[in-house]
Amino acid sequence: MPDTQALVNDFISKLKKRKIEGSQATAKQTAELLRSVISQTRVPYTNQAAALIQSVKAVGERLIAANPVELAVGNVVRRVLHIIREEDLSLTTAAMAGLNLSAVSDDEDDADRDNQPVLSAAAIAAASRSTLRPPSLQTLLEDVPDSAAIPHTSSSGGDSEGKSKSADKSSRSRKLKHDVIEAVNELIQDISTCHEQIAEQAVEHIHQNEVILTLGSSRTVLEFLCAAKEKKRSFRVFVSEGAPRYQGHLLAKELVTRGLQTTLITDSAVFAMISRVNMVIVGAHAVMANGGVIAPVGVNMVALAAQKHAVPFVVLAGSHKLCPLYPHHPEVLLNELRSPSELLDFGEFSDCLDFGSGIGAPLLHVVNPTFDYVQPKLVSLFITDTGGHNPSYIGEMYRLFVVSARGEGMNFKSEIMRTNCIAEGNFFGKLEDRKSRFL
Amino acid sequence: MGAQKKGATARVSEDPEELARNPLQAILLADSFATTFRPITLERPKVLLPLVNIPMIDYTLAWLESAGVEEVFVFCCAHSKQVIDYLESSQWSSQPNFSVATIESHNSISAGDALRLIYERNVIHGDFVLISGDTVSNMLLTQALQEHKERKKKDANAIMTMVVKQSKPSPITQQSRLGTDELFMAINPVTKQLLCYEDKAEYSKGFISLDKTLIADNPSIILHNDKQDCYIDICSQEVLSLFTDNFDYQHLRRHFVKGLLVDDIMGYKIFTHEIHSSYAARIDNFRSYDTISKDIIQRWTYPSVPDVLCGSTAIKVERQGTYRASDVTLSRSAHVGSFTFIGQGTKIGNDTKISHSVVGEGCTIGSNVTIEGSYIWNNVTIEDGCQLRHAIVCDGVIMKSGAVLQPGVILSFKVVVGQQFVVPAYSKVSLLQQPTQQDSDEELEYADSTSGTGELQSEKLNGDIAPDLSETASELGTGGVGYIWSVFEGVQDEEWRHSVAPIPTDKLVKLMLDEDEEQLTQDGNVLSASGELKADSDDNGSEDENNEDSRDDYVFFEKEVEATFLRAVHENVKVDHAVLEVNALRLSYNMASVDCAGAIFYSMMKLAVESPHSSASELHKNAAEMITKWQKLLKSFLHDIDEEIEVILKFEEMCLESAKEFAALFPQVLHLLYDKEILQEDAILRWADEKEGADESDKVFLKRSEKFIQWLKEAEEEDDDD
Repeated sequence: MPDTQALVNDFISKLKKRKIEGSQATAKQTAELLRSVISQTRVPYTNQAAALIQSVKAVGERLIAANPVELAVGNVVRRVLHIIREEDLSLTTAAMAGLNLSAVSDDEDDADRDNQPVLSAAAIAAASRSTLRPPSLQTLLEDVPDSAAIPHTSSSGGDSEGKSKSADKSSRSRKLKHDVIEAVNELIQDISTCHEQIAEQAVEHIHQNEVILTLGSSRTVLEFLCAAKEKKRSFRVFVSEGAPRYQGHLLAKELVTRGLQTTLITDSAVFAMISRVNMVIVGAHAVMANGGVIAPVGVNMVALAAQKHAVPFVVLAGSHKLCPLYPHHPEVLLNELRSPSELLDFGEFSDCLDFGSGIGAPLLHVVNPTFDYVQPKLVSLFITDTGGHNPSYIGEMYRLFVVSARGEGMNFKSEIMRTNCIAEGNFFGKLEDRKSRFL
Repeated sequence: MGAQKKGATARVSEDPEELARNPLQAILLADSFATTFRPITLERPKVLLPLVNIPMIDYTLAWLESAGVEEVFVFCCAHSKQVIDYLESSQWSSQPNFSVATIESHNSISAGDALRLIYERNVIHGDFVLISGDTVSNMLLTQALQEHKERKKKDANAIMTMVVKQSKPSPITQQSRLGTDELFMAINPVTKQLLCYEDKAEYSKGFISLDKTLIADNPSIILHNDKQDCYIDICSQEVLSLFTDNFDYQHLRRHFVKGLLVDDIMGYKIFTHEIHSSYAARIDNFRSYDTISKDIIQRWTYPSVPDVLCGSTAIKVERQGTYRASDVTLSRSAHVGSFTFIGQGTKIGNDTKISHSVVGEGCTIGSNVTIEGSYIWNNVTIEDGCQLRHAIVCDGVIMKSGAVLQPGVILSFKVVVGQQFVVPAYSKVSLLQQPTQQDSDEELEYADSTSGTGELQSEKLNGDIAPDLSETASELGTGGVGYIWSVFEGVQDEEWRHSVAPIPTDKLVKLMLDEDEEQLTQDGNVLSASGELKADSDDNGSEDENNEDSRDDYVFFEKEVEATFLRAVHENVKVDHAVLEVNALRLSYNMASVDCAGAIFYSMMKLAVESPHSSASELHKNAAEMITKWQKLLKSFLHDIDEEIEVILKFEEMCLESAKEFAALFPQVLHLLYDKEILQEDAILRWADEKEGADESDKVFLKRSEKFIQWLKEAEEEDDDD
């Protein structure tokens, strides 16, 4: 235990000091950390799943608090919790199926099952499928009706699991942990290969002789463009430099070394250049439940420019960036204000910041936000590792994934999600608009 | 368990490498060895004072940790127990890869003592970072450290790298935005070697001197006045041994750095590392406390900002740089303006206006209160209708309704301000009485609260302060509790420089006018009034009038001359040598010979008064002896009539002030001086003429010596007759 404790503390302090850059790295490290937490957790004989969930939750809450702006942490924690529940469920149902077959079952179990006989059957069917192939977001997306039924059975499954006194418990407990770790490994794998999976779709979207515009630097975008290049597509890229951190410069350099025709422009030239552009492709920091995007500062301007000229605006996001929260939720910290020294040199301006003279209050205020919020209506397409999606479908994806994770609720209030929210897009659009202007 | 063991063995196998690469260590001085934060520091050490609601030492430790330091030695002296207790209960005691050890001492009175003690402990094994516990920074240490190590490899004498940052000083007040004196640094632009380090105390004489050899050794030297010393030093082990070898080194800059730069016998070199985009600053006085708080709120220190440091769920940044904790109770009509921090559990009443301020945790603020540019710490109660402008209010203070704090006020812990009471500007209020000993500046600087405070502290802990307070309660209005500290003479004028309040415009205007005036007099002697003797004699004279500093200088000079003279008397130094010495003093203080004459005469007469005598006639005899013996010394500074008149004026001044016994003997001594041909009759007559027009009170001595002057006049006429 002390080992994991130290690891957790180390990771928390790194998150706090903003030492981990990029949501992919964060997501991967979070998953790895949670894997070691799970493997170190001692499971009791009864209710192992609850013990695992509890320890993951405890760590997860601390991780999220350490840097609430990094939404990927929360996303991964939720995914891991989901995995634990899924695995537990599949094990239970498998056991139950065995019990049913041999017709030896407790009375209570019977009563329980009698209440919802149809659903149980469905659950068993789903579970048997999932034992063959461990559940992932992909499976969930493919099997829409089944996954909706799973949460209902989770309670009965939990009960029966607690009460059944089968002899193979110890082997089962080991099996649960083992399965969960396997599934988390798969998640880590998913996160680290999401670039490739997204990049595979590149040729479908980038056509010959097109002009692509992007802002700042994103590894996903880089891989995406390079994948298209490797498939012998010839196209040109406009890179907007992405002030104040100018990561666009790095991207331009990288693209040139890969042999792509690149044009570097200032952020302020985006509107001037957009009429020559066929498609805008940007990376994202996080994708919210309503399909809104949190992306590096400046992207909203690009999105508006694209809309004005009817240029498709495509967002690339690995599934770890999908967040089940709404942007107008008070718990969501949309932005982070970084040091003004990225904008201007302190020494040169030190005389403007002399509070000794004048009214004793700063007359100069430098604001350096990290992110922009892009409304869902400005986004034409999301490309995730599971394929391309329309913004309104992001919500749908989420409903599937989150509803199943809701069972024991991790105090993420906005998990309560209704599809009709998306129909009210306009209303939320206004709210978000107001929020995105919060500076 | 198994995994743990594995870890342990793995570590052992790495050990040889680990040993080669010493873990980076740091010495954190948790004592400023200064008194700038009194009276607050009488009750709590400076490093634990909240800066935007987080103790200063947390900023320093957070930086050290993020900069890759693995081992920190916290040196605590004043209030060491509080510091140790705090560190033990804080997050720092349980960090992996970051150990914080405390070193306690009760008799260290300076940074030099602290370093000598640490050297004795033998805990530092390689390069270390030397920092004081009141430094805020977000710089990356790697580059500076790398540079330091490479230099060290090439040149074993490069023992220290000093971090500097550009920051322009104000041209009017001659001080930086941190309230510290303007600093001159001469740096070799290529090697970054520091060649000269002068702060105001030294260059008040009006010029800086650079050794000619510096220019011979360095093809180019850049002289900066816009560099701020961040007080972050990367030192090699030699620094500690140097402190031990030179046991008179006390102050890090004034003694150590200057010592190394001036005595190049040892050949040690100091280099600078300039940071551009990152932030580093030390809290030296109340002005820098204010400035750095505002920098933090404006996020220059990111990620050392409150919302990140306290776990961001608790504190949120809103529009216009307003930081608000989650559970603040804010009245609907209250107005929280820009750049303000409101801590947890604070309640704010109707129509209260707060701007540019920091309000700590658990405060209760009533209705119609105005708070502007103030720092309010934890659990403070401010009743309805109070007004606070640019003040610091410590923990547990109660301000009764209608009380007003004028700019620059410091209220120390648990003070109570009575109803409707107006605390005057720049006053410092504490429950503890002002320590009575008035040490000279220098000693005060080092002998911080160790001895005096310890007692005060225990006294306070023992309980009832209330009884002795009852009599002085009126000092802070009805129901008020606390003493208003009086300000030392001379410091009072300077109080505005280091206060939290912005510099009042009238001061700025005055300073600007003074500057213009000085320039005018220097340019074309426009102001040297003809009627005034002093102004006539020398340019310096008129500067004296304007410039406080040179007035002080004269006092110092006079003391030096007196000391020299006494030595000459006691050690029977030859007159010629004494003349040389006085001349040397004259040059170093940039004085005119007229000042020398005055000073010498003053010392002579003082000695005469001090030597034993029973009656006036004996005193006269003493004076006569003295004058006879040292007339040559005096004469060598009396070249013209003006200087002689100065001597008479000086004597007159003495008779009025320091040596009243001479008052009766004034004509006799005057006669004596005339007899010895120290004073010419012209000088005496001119003096008499000048005095003729003066006030009655000024003419006392003129009247006494009327006979003598009469006689002189007659003698002159007789001469004419001849």
